[in-house]
Amino acid sequence: MATIQPIAENERHPDVALVDRARSGDVSAYDQLVRKYDRQIFRIAQHITQNREDAEDVMQDAFLKAYEKLDQFQGNSKFYTWLVRIAVNESLMRLRRRRTGKMVSIDEDVETEEGSVPRDLADWAPDPEQNYTTSELNRILRKTIQGLPQGFRVVFVLRDVEGLSTEETAETLGLSIPAVKSRLLRARLQLRERLSRYFKRKKVGEK
Amino acid sequence: MTCTEFIAMLDDLIDGSIAAETRSEIEEHLRGCEHCVVTLNTTRKTIEIYRSHTLYELPNGLRERLHKAIMERCKRGC
Repeated sequence: MATIQPIAENERHPDVALVDRARSGDVSAYDQLVRKYDRQIFRIAQHITQNREDAEDVMQDAFLKAYEKLDQFQGNSKFYTWLVRIAVNESLMRLRRRRTGKMVSIDEDVETEEGSVPRDLADWAPDPEQNYTTSELNRILRKTIQGLPQGFRVVFVLRDVEGLSTEETAETLGLSIPAVKSRLLRARLQLRERLSRYFKRKKVGEK
Repeated sequence: MTCTEFIAMLDDLIDGSIAAETRSEIEEHLRGCEHCVVTLNTTRKTIEIYRSHTLYELPNGLRERLHKAIMERCKRGC
């Protein structure tokens, strides 16, 4: 006869068990958590710092800090979201150190009107990315996203690239839900507008 | 519905969180507004393209090196 699992047990995220084991001193459980999320943490750090060495440092520091603070992890948010919050803070701290004397926050440069009203309304070529090699395309995508204001870029990366929900993004960045929504819309529109330069359908005879 | 009203709902539309009654208004607007059709399609494509291209890979060699450094410090209690 099948045993009936308590509901709470079924709803527990598999990370919770790993966190519990790591807390009680099982380092191999933490090893599994690091392997599960290191790529994402590295990507997020590099998107924010825009510097490979900083991203390496952030990745190490974020996992070490999370390990030290495991006892403070409440379990009412996902371990991954909690970890991302630590990595975002570490990334911003690193930026501050790099730009001594200049304030760096996710509120930087967000008071722009660019992109709130789409201007370039030319349609794109079908499968426009196929007009470029993979390395050309990656260069275009990197350059385009790096041009976004920090506060828009981090929201777009967490929400659209890494797949966090609006609520998780708000919690991670300490922003309100309307602020996340407004930044996401403007980030998406600005990226779309900037990518249009490369992807728009060419007129007949145009090179 | 005006284009500005449409843009304000663009994210909800893309994320699939539009109420059924608003959906028909949006569809009606899109039937008569090519600009908003282009904006919707190219914004969707923008998201898809960023989602499907990993811009910052963590190379395996570097991954192993960082991993080792992290775990050694964890074993020593950081």
